[in-house]
Amino acid sequence: MAIELEQQPKPAAVALSRIAVSETHGEDSPYFAGWKAYDENPYDELTNPSGVIQMGLAENQVSFDLLEDFLERHSEAATWGKGATAGFRDNALFQDYHGLKSFRGAMASFMEQIRGGRARFDPDRVVLTAGATAANELLTFILANPGDALLIPTPYYPGFDRDLRWRTGVQIVPIHCHSSNNFQITESALHAAYDDAVSRGLTVRGVLITNPSNPLGATVQRAALEQILDFAVEKNIHLVSDEIYSGSTFSSAEFVSIAEVLESRGSRHVDRERVHIVYSLSKDLGLPGFRVGTIYSYNDAVVTTARRMSSFTLISSQTQHLLACMLSDEEFTANYVKTNRERLRRRYDVIIAGLRRAGIECLRGNAGLFCWMNLGPLLKESTKEGELALWNLIVRDVRLNISPGSSCHCSEPGWFRVCFANMSEATLDVALDRLHRFVDQYRRTGSS
Amino acid sequence: MTESPSSEPEPPSPKPRAAAGNGMRLVVPLQGVVQGRGGLILGSLIPCALFYFLQLYLKRHRSPKPPASSSNPPSPSSSSPNLGDLARTSSRSNLLGRGSIVPVRLSSRGMAIAKPNDSPYYVGLDKVAGDRFHRVDNPEGIIQLGLSENTLCFDLIERWMKENLMDSLMGGDGAELSINGMATYQPFDGLMELKVAMADFMSRVMGKGVSFNPSQMVLMAGATPAIEILTFCLADHGNAFLIPTPYYPGFDRDIKFRTGVELIPVHCRSTDNFMLTVTALDQAYNQARKRGLKVRGILFSNPSNPVGNILSRETLYELLDFAQEKNIHIISDEIFAGSLYGTAEEFVSVAEIIEGEEFDKSRVHIIYGLSKDLSLPGFRVGVVYSYNENVLAAAKRLTRFSSISAPTQRLLISMLSDAKFIEEYIETNRKRIRRMYDLFVGGLDQLGIRCAKSSGGLYCWADMSVLIALYSEKGELELWDKLLNVGKVNVTPGSACHCIEPGWFRCCFTALAEEDVPLVMERIGKVAEMCKSGH
Repeated sequence: MAIELEQQPKPAAVALSRIAVSETHGEDSPYFAGWKAYDENPYDELTNPSGVIQMGLAENQVSFDLLEDFLERHSEAATWGKGATAGFRDNALFQDYHGLKSFRGAMASFMEQIRGGRARFDPDRVVLTAGATAANELLTFILANPGDALLIPTPYYPGFDRDLRWRTGVQIVPIHCHSSNNFQITESALHAAYDDAVSRGLTVRGVLITNPSNPLGATVQRAALEQILDFAVEKNIHLVSDEIYSGSTFSSAEFVSIAEVLESRGSRHVDRERVHIVYSLSKDLGLPGFRVGTIYSYNDAVVTTARRMSSFTLISSQTQHLLACMLSDEEFTANYVKTNRERLRRRYDVIIAGLRRAGIECLRGNAGLFCWMNLGPLLKESTKEGELALWNLIVRDVRLNISPGSSCHCSEPGWFRVCFANMSEATLDVALDRLHRFVDQYRRTGSS
Repeated sequence: MTESPSSEPEPPSPKPRAAAGNGMRLVVPLQGVVQGRGGLILGSLIPCALFYFLQLYLKRHRSPKPPASSSNPPSPSSSSPNLGDLARTSSRSNLLGRGSIVPVRLSSRGMAIAKPNDSPYYVGLDKVAGDRFHRVDNPEGIIQLGLSENTLCFDLIERWMKENLMDSLMGGDGAELSINGMATYQPFDGLMELKVAMADFMSRVMGKGVSFNPSQMVLMAGATPAIEILTFCLADHGNAFLIPTPYYPGFDRDIKFRTGVELIPVHCRSTDNFMLTVTALDQAYNQARKRGLKVRGILFSNPSNPVGNILSRETLYELLDFAQEKNIHIISDEIFAGSLYGTAEEFVSVAEIIEGEEFDKSRVHIIYGLSKDLSLPGFRVGVVYSYNENVLAAAKRLTRFSSISAPTQRLLISMLSDAKFIEEYIETNRKRIRRMYDLFVGGLDQLGIRCAKSSGGLYCWADMSVLIALYSEKGELELWDKLLNVGKVNVTPGSACHCIEPGWFRCCFTALAEEDVPLVMERIGKVAEMCKSGH
């Protein structure tokens, strides 16, 4: 007689939270498919010349030599004083969420320098976080309740969908911008977005702008900043200005910070209490691995709260010490900022010229590590699907990972963000060449 | 009793200005009217009058109108696009002219955190910051026994740095300092080399009874974000974890702040030497269920903080069975695993217990970090170690908000891979903690103050109930206050740790030099005398 094996009921699998299983991290979107393509077949000048060239990562590699030069000449930054250990003990124990005073001071003066001295920053208002990603999330936690909304002009950095919404439960309502006026933010767009949010039953808590803009690669005009600030005052909401690319403006004079606007209005309380600036060293200084971000707020309660919450995202004291040394060296920072701007401008000129030769136009830009390219004329159909089809071709056949405008919530199909500062000039030439050949072929035959 | 963040947002109040006094003079005599003695007519007249006065007040204090747009020339820009009409309409400028009366609001979460924290744990830390003891520079200052820090082995680390630092940053062969490798974006959950080095360190520190798999590890900027990230993965807003008391005061902030997850205390008693029992756990679980709370897991520290006892194998088995039965998670915070001084018992990690066993491992998670066992809290290194692939995947994605700085990773890879140094460090550290423990607990003993039996951590759990007049939390806090402000010694009162028996205090002794111990005992003794003689 066969022995009947009793089926043991499988114990119920232990459940995870909703946040853990949610898709808000966005990593299954087409945007990340391009990254996967790169990871699987990365370009290398010598070992893999037919691989995928990464043009979807906004990283600044054009000025490493300046940083390395500094570190070589100032080894005390990497160590803790003479004999490598003098200040070590205190530094290793230092976990105060106020951050190293010397480092806060250095960040404040660096931010002033980037703005050509046109705005002053108080080191006691600098709150440190491990990267701008953390800074933006922290501010969202502090300024908005779950279910509330932030208004963000499109196109915007795809990471915001994840960084600002995932754990916070806050929503993003787009402020639609159009190529007809070079994607500048208009007063009517602001109001339309606000009204849209209200009609959906959402409480709007703030506007978040990125200035210079990602992915546009252009600064926000002073008049627009004034408008946005007035709008925020009128609606009594916050204004977050993510100025992470401020040091990557090709010329200092072209960047106007919200800080300057505040000061030109006599720093009235009604303006100050709602303005917060996010900054980081990941783009301007090319140090994303160091994880250095900051919130600069003119609102005392926000400074206090952000500081306490920064316990979850402190910067290593070792790194604070190293960068305090570097950023308080004004000769170094002045030269760095100037040289970095020039090199980025040169790169930008190269890519614009190269694209133009291929018959491709870009939005006129003046900042950032990327350009905003218009392939609209090449689309088979002027829709999001048409854009993604073209994008797929480019990733798969041309082997360039660029970022489709739809992933940035651009309201018009056909725009793409192309990064140019994370590769050598030679690699950039290869990329431009590939793109040129693809566009020629595509125009003639409708395929690659 | 602990400060728990309220979820009530404060109502927006009119901005206080210099002219507020005028308002007050109106309000006070009106009180009588408002309270009903004035009748209906006055009841409707008063609000109208107030409205009139409000308008008058606003008219007088209107902010200056913003400058006309012509005084703000557009910034010169070669890329200045042909802008659409951006001029402000006049109706909107009128609104602006009046100025806001209502201050812009923070979120409820923000408001809760903005309130001053009056837990003695934080108050004490703040006071020490303002008047820290220093043998030479500030001999009358407050001696810090309220922060579990270990400075006993810095000499070893400093020596290692002297010999190895520049190599570790430059890659060992005297090559030029290249930041290329560490400047760029790194995996947010830590470099694999660091995970390998950490897995090895954890294994050594926990007595080599178990090995850790680097692929089950997620690294982040400290144990503080580690516990928060894990909480975000395991529980929803409004759910709860069971946690034995007394517990580390920081958990109230770290776990509850942003996740909205509750902590349900499972009270442990001195009769059990504050050891967790499954009976108490079961009781707490059932009570939580009755209150409609969904329990998602049990969180415990092993070695425990603030008591310092370690869980026996039997208890760990029981906990795992309990978790399996209720289908909940187990979080074992083993951050003090390497800070052992006891000789009677051996520390056993939950990882060792479940190795090769039939337990459903997917519910087991370990928290670790380098702040205690390697004395590097400033460098921000924490670990979530899990047997659950989905937890690892989710936690990994969340580390983008709290990654370890690259230069620090590079330094630690080098240090942790130096096996000879690490072995020497672990052993010397234990010896020195043991020495301080003997001195300190012995000193307290001589004052008639007994400590709970403990084997690990950087502190002892002292019973000062004989010194308190009122056997209550109030009495305990009075003693705490005396110790801090008269004795100038900062210790952590049991009530800050949710201890159910008053009179217990956590005293950290590993940030002291041996020669400071007599002074500490003298100061505590003085306060003890005061209490005994009824002051």
